[in-house]
Parts: sequence; structure tokens; C-alpha cells
Amino acid sequence: MVALGLGDINASAKRVAQSKIKEAGSNISTPNGTPVDSRASSPLVKIHPSKRIDVLEEYAKRSGEKPKLNLVVIGHVDAGKSTLMGHFLYALGQVNERTMKKYERDSHKLGKGSFAFAWVLDETGEERERGITMDIAMNSFETEHRKFTLLDAPGHRDFIPNMISGTAQADVAILVVDATTGGFESGFDANGQTKEHALLARSLGVQQMIIAVNKLDVMAWSKARFDEIVAKLGSFLVQAGFRKSNLTYVPVSGLTGNNLIERSKDAELLSWYKGPCLLECVDTFKPAVRLLDKPFRMGVTDFFKGGIGSGGGVSVAGPIDSGSLQIGEQVMVVPGGEMGIIKAMQVNDEPANWGAAGDSVLMTLSGLDIMNLSTGCVLCSPLHPVPVTSSFVAQIIVFDIKVPITSGFPVILHHQSLNEPASITKLLSTIDKSTGEVLKRNPRHISKGTTATVKVQLANRAVPLEMFKDNKQLGRIMLRKGGETVAAGVVIEVSCQYLYEKQTSNFSSA
Amino acid sequence: MKLIGKVLEKDASGQVTLYPEELEDMWHVYNLISKGDMIKATTIRRLQAETSTGSTSSQRIRLVLTITVETVDFDPQAGLLRINGRVASESPHVKMGSYHTIDLELNRNFTLFKPEWDTISLERVEDACDVTKQADVAAVVCQEGLANVCFLTQHMTIVRQRIEAPIPRKRKGSVANYEKGLQKFYDQIYQAILRHVHFDIVKAIIIASPGFVKDQFYTYMMDQAVKTDNKTIMENKSKFILIHCSSGHKHALNEVMQDPSIQARLADTKAAREVQALDKFYQMLNNDPDRAFYGFSHVLKANERGAIGTLLVTDELFRSADVETRRKYIDLVEQVRAMGGSVYVFSSLHVSGEQLNQLSGVAAILNFPLPDIEDEEEEEERLASET
Repeated sequence: MVALGLGDINASAKRVAQSKIKEAGSNISTPNGTPVDSRASSPLVKIHPSKRIDVLEEYAKRSGEKPKLNLVVIGHVDAGKSTLMGHFLYALGQVNERTMKKYERDSHKLGKGSFAFAWVLDETGEERERGITMDIAMNSFETEHRKFTLLDAPGHRDFIPNMISGTAQADVAILVVDATTGGFESGFDANGQTKEHALLARSLGVQQMIIAVNKLDVMAWSKARFDEIVAKLGSFLVQAGFRKSNLTYVPVSGLTGNNLIERSKDAELLSWYKGPCLLECVDTFKPAVRLLDKPFRMGVTDFFKGGIGSGGGVSVAGPIDSGSLQIGEQVMVVPGGEMGIIKAMQVNDEPANWGAAGDSVLMTLSGLDIMNLSTGCVLCSPLHPVPVTSSFVAQIIVFDIKVPITSGFPVILHHQSLNEPASITKLLSTIDKSTGEVLKRNPRHISKGTTATVKVQLANRAVPLEMFKDNKQLGRIMLRKGGETVAAGVVIEVSCQYLYEKQTSNFSSA
Repeated sequence: MKLIGKVLEKDASGQVTLYPEELEDMWHVYNLISKGDMIKATTIRRLQAETSTGSTSSQRIRLVLTITVETVDFDPQAGLLRINGRVASESPHVKMGSYHTIDLELNRNFTLFKPEWDTISLERVEDACDVTKQADVAAVVCQEGLANVCFLTQHMTIVRQRIEAPIPRKRKGSVANYEKGLQKFYDQIYQAILRHVHFDIVKAIIIASPGFVKDQFYTYMMDQAVKTDNKTIMENKSKFILIHCSSGHKHALNEVMQDPSIQARLADTKAAREVQALDKFYQMLNNDPDRAFYGFSHVLKANERGAIGTLLVTDELFRSADVETRRKYIDLVEQVRAMGGSVYVFSSLHVSGEQLNQLSGVAAILNFPLPDIEDEEEEEERLASET
């Protein structure tokens, strides 16, 4: 073809520029971190073609085996979550006999003999001394038809941010309630965490839940007590949005191990309870729908220097929210836009070559400085970066709060593992929960129980957020203030902070 | 601040000579000065002298100038108050009408001339010179991985240092990373306290956090003090108060102020009173929404009916360059007082003041409910949209 005149180059440049801007209308902008040229055209380009894994194929193979689920254990403080799950894991053979004896001895020495099973999950010195869980503990186990990643959450209200971070990863939950006199009541009233945990789990997308009525042996396996709890809790949960068919109630005793992995032999219980044990209930959870086709996203819950197996680099841990990845692939960190290459990977503490949506992974990245990572950052595919914003519109449902929300209301925004100060700058409208139509525009204040759309502005820095319709996991937010959850909701609009890439002058000739 | 002299005429114009002693006084002056006032102070001027040969030499000389104020800037972190305006006094070195910027200095007299001294300004002068209301408190709000070291005075809350240290979480089988990261974090807070807290000025040092961070940190700090033999920390041990709050972000200071255990110590501090007043407003909004209104138009309507019992305003409104705006807020305040209501002027540098600013800057708690204010407004909006 004849060499193009200058005018033609300009014209083609304009077309290219316009097409980029048209794409930009899709509300996704590229953060300007690593320069354009050094970004690979495909994240897999650094892997030799012969070594590339077809993740979808591998996933299909694995799905033929047992489906994987992420299970979170929630409930009011001292309901017995850690003891219940610690005993459960021990009964399944996940805990070494010698280790268990050691826990028994050491906990006895500290004067906390009854906490021996909890020590399986509460590993820090502080947690063991005080006898409480402070942060999520991860473990795993297998049942006859399912594989589980277990997340034991803290029950104390000061640690709810950690509980949110764990529940954001979960597909299903076990809500543990204390059946003893006064125990259930203190958890269930306004100051307790039973209701708040259940509401948060629902807001984070958990639909299936087992309610473990713990310590019922202390109440002599009383049927009346069990029914009372089922009735009260049941009506609350259905009102909160859970479907009755997705809820199962099972009486257990975490300390004695009754009705955990095999049906109880206790005569008193058997006289009225003919249902399954905890293990059977857990085994019948419906498998979750995985967002395999969506672009890769992983919320970073933890990071530290040093690689897996004492290599170099930076290690990053978190659940894969959508998409998939393999060793050698390039990933981008937002906010920042820096790139890293996966050098090694572990899924559930076992080395692996690939991971897909729903897996909890730990990976070592090279080419990345740890200074570029911060709490609440997100790993994503370089081709489909997550937008980073400091202001957005959300549709929220207001929880049971004492003070109504006014404009300028300061809150803390919780998004997966991130918490940042923000304020609700504008109250846009109140909405009817069931039909979605606007009830009132620009309300003066919104009180408990209302569904509304609001504009939220972050106080300090921009955060990675995606609209709920683009990615269900990354689009959920929680607003808290003064140790209470004020509202929970989904992101419906994101105002992008970063400008679109400036066009470089390297046009490919037509 | 010391009051050196005050001369007021019958028409409310006049001058006041003040002697600022500390940073907070700068904040008071910032709120006193508005566009159109005149200020006389010592300042440094760079003069360019041209000699007969044509070469220029510049000299910096200190002289007393009076300027007509045009803009005022305040930086609380650096403690700088900059006043820009045209020179209005005769001086051998400086031409009348030329622009000059005064950096107001501590420990030097200055005189402020105002064409009209309103109640708000006079109150502020009194407030600033009142020696009894001093309570300087240092506060550290923290959570795992985040800490804000702040300094609270009567009117200002300044964040001296913000510490963010990502702490690796506990993992199955390995908690060493977590515990190491935590120790490093505590060390950073400890260093920040040593660097920024003036132990002789502060009356109390509050350490607040959710969970057990405050207790762990306190133990760490005391151990370190003993190890490094730090006398200042050990002598001031009684000044440390540990309080529970819900997060490590700056606005957790609001909760800290409301805690009963420090109420006694901070009893008459402005900050504590402001937080309580704002809290009362929110309670009213929750219990009886027709007795609580915010936004100038609503509050004005309520005032016309003589209904305001408590008025909450921020000092930001009085710093407006537009005389009209200042006038209307001052009128509102004077009217409320005349009818026996109480007025709280919130400092914008306090957390509660920031919150009130976001809420439009003016709010009112009424003595009796007025449900029709909102209906009136809807009517007006409807009419406006129809025309």
C-alpha cells in the first residue's frame, strides 16, 4: 500500500482514540501504574505455550470429584464455635493424637482446660490466654461428598471487621447458638452478636445455613428448649431474608462431641430427635455457583515478605472471587496497577499449578515490591482491571440503629478485608424493598429498616470497587459506625478516579 | 492569648490589641479576621533598592505595617497564619496600596481594627484570653495495623502522626509473622508518642482501641520504658488512660470523648461539650424528628416561629468572605439568644465540628415540634417545578 500521508495517520489515530474512549464508557478504566509497554498483551504470554494449563479443563476434571465449599462458623461470643469445630476436626482425624494431648496438658496448665479443643483453631498466645478467638482461623476437612475450607470467626463485637473479612469468602455458614439458660438470650438480644452475624452473613451472600444448637446436653437435651430456640431464631432468619428450606437446625454438644460426626447414642436426645448429625448436615450443602467465566479477581486478605518454601518474593493470600489463574501468569494489583508473576501457589496448603473461583490460595509473586500492597487491595487480570474510586452510589438496607442516617453521616466502609473511613454525602432516594420503585426523593433522613440509595464518599483514599452486576463478590459493602453495623448493600455505580490512558504515538501502521 | 488593649466606639467599630502565645491563639485570630478588617503587626519586608549604578540589592527589614485584609490562610499543622492585603499605613519603605503578606508571629503584639464588632467576635476575644479553660490532651486511637496520634486542645484536633503498618494475619501452624508484625507496630506507636507528645503540657494521654490492642500496647510501652530507662514515661504514668472505642480511625475520638471515665478530666473542655450537644441533636432526630432540623432554610423557618431551643453552628460559617452570609448567621445567633435559647459554636477542627459541617453547618433542636416546615418546603419545591 502507498505510504499514508500525515493526515491519514492522524485520522487513524483519532479512530483508535475514539474506540478506546468508547470502551471506556463501560465504566472500567485502566489505573496508571506500570507503563503500557511493559504490560503483556495477555497475562499468559510469559508462560511457554506447551506448559500452559487449560484451567477450565482441569476444573471440569476436578468437579467430577467432590465439590469444594467455603464454610464460615459464626455466632455470639462463647457460643462454643471454636470448641465445636475443634472437636469436629479432631473426630474426623484432622488433628494428630499427640497434638491433642499436648493441647489438653497446656490448656490445663493455663487454667483453661475446657478450651483444649478450641486450641486447634485459636493459635496465637493472646487468644489462648484469654480464651477467645480474635481473628479468622483457616482449616480444611473432607466429608463423604464435599470438600471444605473452614473459617472459624471471632464472636466478640470488637472483632467483627475480621469476621466480615472471613464471611466475605464463605459460601455457606454454621451459626452456633448457646442453648443454656440465658446463653441464647444474651446472644439474641440487641447487644449480642447472633442477630448481627446472621444479618452480615446474609448481606455477604450466604444463603444456606446450619444452626447448631450447642450445649444442649447441659439442658439435659430438652426438646422444649430446642423448639423455643428454633421458633425464635427461625422467625428472625426468615425475616432477614433466608429461605426456610435453606436452614437446618441440629442439636450438638461441642465439648462432649455428641451428635457431631455420628448420630448421638444418648437416650434422652434420641427420645425426640431423629434427625441427622452435624456431619450429615454439612455434607448435604448444595454446591455453590462459581464465577469461572468472569475476569480474574482475588481479594487480598493477607500478605507478607518471603515466598512459599523459603523462596524470595512476596506472598499473597486470599480467596479467588472469580475467574482462574495458573503458575506463570501475570496479575495486576489495584490500587496501583503494579504487575507481578506467579511463581508458586498453594491451594488449601497443598502445592498446586492452578486455582479457580472458590479456592483459597496462597501464592508467591515475583517482580512486585511489598510496598505496593496494602490491606484491602485486589489482584486482578491486567486486561480487565478493577476500577478504583473514591466515591460511589450504593443501594443499602439500613439495620436496626438508634440514630437515623443524615447527610454527612460518617461511617467506616467495610469491603472484604478493607476498612476505610467514609461519609454518606447524599441521601438520594428511599426505595420499596420488593418492587424497587422510588418512594421518596432526597429524603432528609433514613431510619432503620428502609432500603435506600445513597452516595458515599471516601475520606482518605480511593478503593477498588466493582458494581454488583459486574461481580457479585466485589460489589458488596458494609457500613459501620461506633461498633455497630449501620447498613449493608451493593454498589450500583462507581465514579472512576483514574483518567484514561493517554494515547502514545506508537500506532501500528494500517 | 493576652488582651493588651481594647477600644470600642459607639457604632461598634474599634480596635483590639492582642498578644498570641500559642498555636491555638492562631486559630482564634483566624476566626476573628475577616475581609475588610485592618491589621497592624510587625512583619518582614523584602526591599529592593536600586543604586545609582543600576544594580539592585535586596534587604530584609522588620517594620510595623497596617494592611487591609483580603485573604487569610491557616495551616494548623505548621502553625502558620498568613494574612494578605494592601498596605494602608504610611511608611518610608513601602508604597501605600501595594500588596503585602503578614505571617503572624507568636509572642508579638498585633492590633485588629474592625468596622463592626459583633457578638461572635467579641465572644471569641474573651474566649481566647480566658486562661482557665485549658485542657490539652493527647490521644492515640488505634486498631491492629492503624494508629492515629492526635493532639486535642480546646478548639483544635490535630493529627500529629498517622501510622499504618500492615500486619500479617495468623495462619494455620504459623503465628510468628503475626506476632512479629504486631511488635513492630507497637514500636512505631511508641516512637511516635515519644516524638510528638509534650508531657509537660498535656493533662492526660488517652490510648483507645477496640479489642485488646490498648492493653497490649500499654504493657509494651511500660516494658520499653523500663528497658530504656525512660524517665519521662515513668513519671507521667498516671496520665495514661485506657479507653475502649470502636475503631482506629480519627472519628473514633467522638466516642472517646463521651466515655464517662474521662468526662471528669475533660469536664469543661469545649470538645466534650460539643460532642454531647451533637449527640443530643441526633437523639432528638431519632425520637421526635419534627423537633430537629438542619440546613439554613429549615432552621431559619423554625427561628421565625420562635421555636429554637438549642442552635448548633460551626465557626466555618462566620469565616465566610461574604459579609452578607456572615450577617445572616450572626443575626440568627443573636435572635436565638434574645429568645432565651442556647447557642453552641462548634470548632471546625474538632471531629464533631467536621461532622456538623458535613450536615450543612447549622442545626437546631426545637422547643416544640413543627411538622409543617417540611411540608412547606415540599410545597415550595412543587410550585417551583411547576412554574
